[in-house]
Parts: sequence; structure tokens; C-alpha cells
Amino acid sequence: MEKMIDYSKIEKNAKARKTVINVITYALLIFWAVIVLFPFYWMLLTSVKSYSSYNSEYIPKFYTLSPTLQNYVDAFTTVPLGRYFTNTVIFTVVTTAIMLVVITLAAFAFARLDFKGKNIAFVIFLSLMMIPNELVVITNFVTITNLNLRNTFPGLILPSVTSVFYIYLLKENFEQIPDSLYYAAKVDGTSDLKYLLKVMIPISKPTLITITILKVIECWNSYVWPRLITDDENYYLVSNGIQEIRENGFGRENIPAMMAAVVVISVPLIVLFLIFRNKVMEGVSRGGTKG
Amino acid sequence: MEVVLKNLTKKFPSRDRKNHEDVIAVNDFTFEIPDGKLIGLLGPSGCGKSTTLNLISGLLKPTSGKIFFGEDDVTDLPPENRGIGLVFQNYALYPHLTVKQNILFPLQNLKGKDKLSKQEMLEKAYTAARLVQIDELMDRKPGELSGGQQQRVAIARALVKMPRVLLLDEPLSNLDARLRLQTREEIRRIQRETRITTIFVTHDQEEAMSISDMIVVMKEGLVQQIGKPQDVYDNPINLFVAKFLGTPPINVFEGQVKNNKLYIGEDAVLDIKDTADQQVYVGVRPEGFTLQEDGPLCCSLSGVEIMGRDISVVSTNKASLNPTVRAIIGTEYKVNTQQPQVRFTLKPSKVFVFSKETEERIPFEVREVGRWEN
Repeated sequence: MEKMIDYSKIEKNAKARKTVINVITYALLIFWAVIVLFPFYWMLLTSVKSYSSYNSEYIPKFYTLSPTLQNYVDAFTTVPLGRYFTNTVIFTVVTTAIMLVVITLAAFAFARLDFKGKNIAFVIFLSLMMIPNELVVITNFVTITNLNLRNTFPGLILPSVTSVFYIYLLKENFEQIPDSLYYAAKVDGTSDLKYLLKVMIPISKPTLITITILKVIECWNSYVWPRLITDDENYYLVSNGIQEIRENGFGRENIPAMMAAVVVISVPLIVLFLIFRNKVMEGVSRGGTKG
Repeated sequence: MEVVLKNLTKKFPSRDRKNHEDVIAVNDFTFEIPDGKLIGLLGPSGCGKSTTLNLISGLLKPTSGKIFFGEDDVTDLPPENRGIGLVFQNYALYPHLTVKQNILFPLQNLKGKDKLSKQEMLEKAYTAARLVQIDELMDRKPGELSGGQQQRVAIARALVKMPRVLLLDEPLSNLDARLRLQTREEIRRIQRETRITTIFVTHDQEEAMSISDMIVVMKEGLVQQIGKPQDVYDNPINLFVAKFLGTPPINVFEGQVKNNKLYIGEDAVLDIKDTADQQVYVGVRPEGFTLQEDGPLCCSLSGVEIMGRDISVVSTNKASLNPTVRAIIGTEYKVNTQQPQVRFTLKPSKVFVFSKETEERIPFEVREVGRWEN
């Protein structure tokens, strides 16, 4: 008799194997997610514990039965968190806006225009990327101090209104736009600037969005420079502001209120990332490959 | 609008470090393009035809020479002020704009007294779209269109300003064979309807011959011959033009003129008069052969291709410069494919003689004799 192939058995085995693989995969992912998300949970948890209950826990608990929003109120009333927040928004928006204009024009010049010394200038630009930031900070500090711009917004903003890396990224993107579009636009009667605004920028939108988001995150998180260049509380950003709060904000070591402040300043970035996370990946992958 | 090119020359600086001689892309081009005609600029790649087009469009500045549109000297005018429409080889549509926005684009850039209201712009855009039959695709993006549709959008965009001169740079090279045939008739129709002087560049001689009022054959920056397609085909000025025009290409043989006879290899094929004895190239169009049992030209037969409307006899000849000799004869002839050799007589009007040194055409006249001698 012919040997029958038991398809149902094969199917069963395949299913079982798939289930096992799924279980392992999800178990690993969940484990990883817990590790990554636990600090966030801890931050949120601490921020809703009352000062007294936090201090009475000899071993911190993983939950609280009496959540309170008092810490958030404290964060905004007893320390100038609102001002730090406003400063940061101004700093971030202005820096990002100026930088976008600067890098777009620079990338356009490098990608599209012909001028003497273009290649050498670009090589020099690129070689700037190899100098560590910490070194630049020193010279910037001297410059800004000599210009008498300490404790001012221009002093905060000026050193970060350009970025070689983003110019490079955008230039590569611009160069992928075929020359014939430029010629077509010339024949259609556009100036260089109009061509940049009406053709190049719309085509490079994904890359520009990516750059914007990355820059916003960078500005929001910047710490070393604001710390160095400001010692007047009126110009603190959230990063060095939170340090200030920790040291002498509430008059005592108030960890829950500090955590509330940290939550408040983290939220905008998390929201931004959640909204645009697809765009970030899209822009990076598009900008990175040719064709 | 007639277009006049006067001694137009364009040199590019050499990139070669050892050899500093400039590359001459267009050399002393003088030509008057009559109003409302369709002109084909024809030549192999690198012959300067696209450079000529770019000079006319203003995207390149000539090294010397002048360009006139009618009475206006436009040599130093930037492209946007010349009133031209240009269709690029890859169409160069703006990928982020819809078809409608693409066609509107040139109108939105008009300034001063030419500025149009939104309504006028839309009207013009729809007129141009209807002309190329894409008015149903107005809200699509270029990426959602086929090659032929993209090409029409490009033409509509070039036409919407009602340019004085329409320039087409290899407009059909990205299309498949069937679409190409259809689109070139379309271009002809649009040109006839709009009566806009049109110059188009192609390396495909069939394309140029089929729709142009006049063709300009170029080689290495130099104009070889200008004329009506049929005239150029029937009376090529030199060997290059003769070889470049015609499919299948012309058959070229080594030959000589001796004692008022034209020889191909050893065979005396024609009796001619008043031509000095010399070594020559003999070009014979494929349709210039007639099958005849005692014909003067003897070739070894390698095969017969039956194409339906005619027969193509493929043979070899020692004196031929092409690997095979291809003769096209009517289907009324029966060719015995078993025989080792075929013999032809030649139609004198389809035979061209070129000097071996200069490759220029040598005119000859046929001596009337009762019949061809062998």
C-alpha cells in the first residue's frame, strides 16, 4: 500500500512551531519593552506620589494607592518651570527656524550653483564635522562672551543656527533632483529662489521634516551650552532649569515634585515623536539612499 | 515666428589636462527656419544637435554667432524672456505637482502686464490640455501617468504660454515602439493646429523623416545637409548623410570609375559619362536593386527574408563595406534560395558615387546604351 502523506499532521506541526516562535519573540520583546519603559513608569509613578508618602517608603513601592497632582501644581507655582518652558520653546523655535533657512540656502548653493572654490569650501565644511563639539564649545564661549552676549537669547541661539551635517544631508537630497527640472523651471520663467521655494523644497519635504524634528529634539535636550552661557535664571532652559530646581528649587529635596517637572518637559518631545515617527524614518531612509 | 541662426558656434573648454583644445559642439551653424514649420535636427549622438537646441532655448550661451526670432536678436536674452516652450527628453515634470499645477506653472510665473487672472490661467491650461487630450487627467500626479501621458503633459506645459518657438529634445526616445509611432503623428497634428515653429531633435532618422517639413543632418558639430526629407534622402551630399538616412541602411561598396564605367569590385555596373577615372565609394539604396539573371552585379546569396509587402535579399559581396548586402525587391520576384549566386542590375537614381578621399558626392550621368554590358 502506498504510504499516505498526513497533511493534517504536517500542518499541526507547522502551526505548533509557529506558535512557539511567536511566544519566544513576544516574550523577548515584552522583556525589552519593560526594561526600556520602566524608567518612564518610575518617573510617572514618583510624580504622583505625595511628598510624605514618598519619604515614608523606606523601600520604594511599585505602585501608589493615593495618587495626587499636588506635585504638578508645585512644579508650576513654587519654581519658575513655566518660564523655563517658555524660554525653551522660544529657543527651540527660533533656532530651528533660522537653521532651516540657513541650511536650505547653503545646501542649494552647494548643490545647484556654480562658484569658485565650491568644492574646497564644501570639503572644509565636511572636515568641520570631525572636530568634537566639546572643542568648539570653548571657542564659542570665548566668542560669545567677547560679544557680550552672555545671558541673552542671541547668545543661546547663535552657535547652533547652522549644522554641517544637515547641510550635507540636504545637499545630497537636492542633488538627486534632476537638472532638467531646473532647466524646465528656467524656461518656465522662475528665478533661482523661486525654483528653490516652489520645486526643490516641496520635493525634499520628507528630509526637511526629519531635519526639523531632529533639530527640535536636539534643542530641547541641549544642556552643556545653555549651562555655560547663562547664569541668570531668566534665561534658563528646561535642561539647566531642572538642575537648578533639583539643587535649590523647593527649598528641600522634593523628588516627587521634580519628577512632575521632568514629566512636563518630556511630554512635548514624546508627543512630537509619536506623531512624526514614521516621517523621521522615511526621511532618513530616503535621504540616505540614491535613486 | 521664423528663427534665424547666424554663424552659431559653441565651444566647450576641454576637460583633458594634456589637450587644451576646446571641444567644438556646434560649428558655424547658419540656417533660417521658416515660420510655422517643423524642423528635425538629426544626427548621431554627440553631433551637437542638443547643444543647438539649448542655444536656441537660451539655456546655453553661444561662443559666437547670433540668434534671431523674427526681427528680435535674442542671443543674450535669458530663456524665460524668449517665449519658448521646451520639452525635455525625460519630460522634467514637477513630481510634487498635479498635472493641472504642472501646466499652470509657466503661467503663474508671468510678471507685469502679462499677469493673468486665475480664471484666465485655468482656461488656458484646459485649452492646452484638450489639445493634447489629457484634460481628464488633470488631478493626477506625474508618477501616476504612463510614459505617453507624461509626454503629453510636458507638451501641454510647453504650449500653454503659446510660445513663439517650440523645442523638443528627443521627445519620443522614452516611449515604446507603438506609442512612438502614435505620438509622433500627434506631435505633427499639434504642430499643424497651432502653427508654432517647432524644432525637434532626434537621432532616429525615421522619426525625423516622417514628420519634419525639413531636416538638418549634423555630424560632429557641422551641418552636413539641410533640406526636405525626401530631397536629402534622394540626393545625399556626402557618404555620411547617405549612410545615416534610410532603413535598412544604404549598401556601400568599394569601387572605381574607369573608362567611363562604374565598377563595383570587378563588375562594371553602370555606363557613365564625363567622370574622371578614380577610386570611389559606391552607395546603393536597398530598393535600387533589380533581380535579373544576366545583371552585372554578382553577389553570393546568403538568404531571403520575406517581410510580407516585399522581399529582402541578403547576400555578400567582396567589395561591400557592410558585412551583408541587403536588397529589397517586390514580392513578384521569386528567388531560388538554392542557387549560390544572385545577379542584380542597379537603378541609376538609387546609386550614389562618393569620392574616396573627401567622401563627397560625385555627380554622374548615365550613358544611354541599348542594354547593360557585362
